Amino acid sequence: DDKLLTEPLSHPDFFSVKELFTLKDLFDARVHLGHKKGCRHRFMEPYIFGCRLDQDIIDLDQTMQHLQLALNFTAHVAYRGGIILFVSRKRQFCHLVESTARACGEYAHTRYWQGGLLTNAHIQFGPGVRLPDLLVFLSTLNNVFEPHVAIRDAAKMNIPTVGVVDTNCNPCLITYPIPGNDDSPAAVELYCKLFRMTIIRAKDKRRQSEAVEELQ
Amino acid sequence: AVGRVLRLCRRWGEGPRAQTLRLICATTAVQKKNVGASGPEKYTEAFIKKQIEEFNLGKRHLANMMGEDPETFTQEDIDRAIAYLFPSGLFDKQARPMMKHPTEVFPEQRKIQWGEDGRPFHFLFYTGKQSYYSLMHETYEKFLNVQKHQDQLIAQDLPLQKEKRNLAGSRWLTKIELEEMLLEKLSDDDYSRFVQLLQKLVALPCADIEENYIQKFSREVPVQLQKVVIEPLQYDEQGVPFSTGEGKRKTARATAVVYDNGTGKITVNGTDVLHYFPVVQDREQLLFPFQFLGRIGKHDMVCTVSGGGRSAQAGAIRLASAKALRSFVTEKEVEFMRQAGLLTVDPRVKERKKPGQEGPRRKFTWKKR
Repeated sequence: DDKLLTEPLSHPDFFSVKELFTLKDLFDARVHLGHKKGCRHRFMEPYIFGCRLDQDIIDLDQTMQHLQLALNFTAHVAYRGGIILFVSRKRQFCHLVESTARACGEYAHTRYWQGGLLTNAHIQFGPGVRLPDLLVFLSTLNNVFEPHVAIRDAAKMNIPTVGVVDTNCNPCLITYPIPGNDDSPAAVELYCKLFRMTIIRAKDKRRQSEAVEELQ
Repeated sequence: AVGRVLRLCRRWGEGPRAQTLRLICATTAVQKKNVGASGPEKYTEAFIKKQIEEFNLGKRHLANMMGEDPETFTQEDIDRAIAYLFPSGLFDKQARPMMKHPTEVFPEQRKIQWGEDGRPFHFLFYTGKQSYYSLMHETYEKFLNVQKHQDQLIAQDLPLQKEKRNLAGSRWLTKIELEEMLLEKLSDDDYSRFVQLLQKLVALPCADIEENYIQKFSREVPVQLQKVVIEPLQYDEQGVPFSTGEGKRKTARATAVVYDNGTGKITVNGTDVLHYFPVVQDREQLLFPFQFLGRIGKHDMVCTVSGGGRSAQAGAIRLASAKALRSFVTEKEVEFMRQAGLLTVDPRVKERKKPGQEGPRRKFTWKKR
């Protein structure tokens, strides 16, 4: 059992996450497109490649690195049987995100976030609830263009977060930010596909390793 | 806040008065129980199974005790047996001893929603309202399905079906019915959003594909008039057609038998109407249905009445005769009678006297000093 948990940690890319996407895929899915210069957040300036006709362009090289780290982390969490919660407050992608979560066997929350969900969980759900081990944000802002409450709550409850940050978002409290577009349907579909594939891959690998262990 | 108030009370005055002050000053916020915080115990599957086994065993013991067959012992028999063995004079029915099936006693929603490893069963568990949001998710999926089908038909240049779904005879589920279906509390906003989504789905031209799904959320509305059944005419020994009707007003109850081919004779409790109702007003009330239909001299009436006073008995007989006349008359005239108020039971009864007042509305005389 110990070997099962420690073996993946010795490799830098145990789940070969790098193969899942290329720079061209990201470009075709319009991940590099940001918002206008006026909407730019100060802390996103390191991730921005440049500005063309007032529209910010995100640096895809940095996005590649961040995406690889984030997917690797998600895969490790899924391998260890952690609970992953997909959060997004974009109404257009609500159905897509929920279907992705269902397909992976994980959980989703794309609706109105009630105040004490994470911080007051034992009273809202009952004693003995298990909180999510990872929060994945497909969009860090809520419907009024303010940072989603879940980022702050997860930081309070020591839950790591992975989030797609656009040029108008605050990447501060997110453990694994992924600078990229969160408004185009193509980009969000790409992210959903990538997360789904990593989680399924990680779970399959876990089942294989357990089967191999049982045989020995 | 309550502590501060109590301290104030003590400062005001010692002695027996302080006691009463303390009781009055306690705020309702303290008395109201926080149901969410009290943390209802969650029930596991194994616990419920054990309870069901114990219930079945207890049922058989009870049947043996009462000397009945354990195989055919129904819930009604159980209720009767418990009421016999443990008689209770308590007013509240819920407070009396009862023996019900565990699924009725332990509500569904209190069951623990996660497995042994802590992972919840439902993928929308962390939203808080899992059944409602999964319902919205499903309905939206059907909506997308219908849109996709529509797009396919348009791509193939086929005509879209446009049969108007008859919305007149159906209604959507009420909020309470939906809450029962989902076993979850809903807010008014949630309910209205769901109904709007359903209406959007139904408004699409190709919504017939998902007819089965939509049927689950719509109910038939019975048309009002169909409920009222007008009895057919009966014929007595001489072949004279007659019809009966019953009426009531305040505490008076009356039955009237109206015969056709008559001369306008009315008999009440064996006596003639002129002797029974000396006042003109009461006789006018009796004649009103016949006058309305223009059949004053054409019918005979025999009625019995009891209870109430003079005016109440007259009103009761009027209603009874109007109901009897329905059988002699066309449907249109029945509708006219209904609109005239001849077929409606007068709901006014004597209002009760309240304590602290002299009558139902009259207060005691107010004296300045």
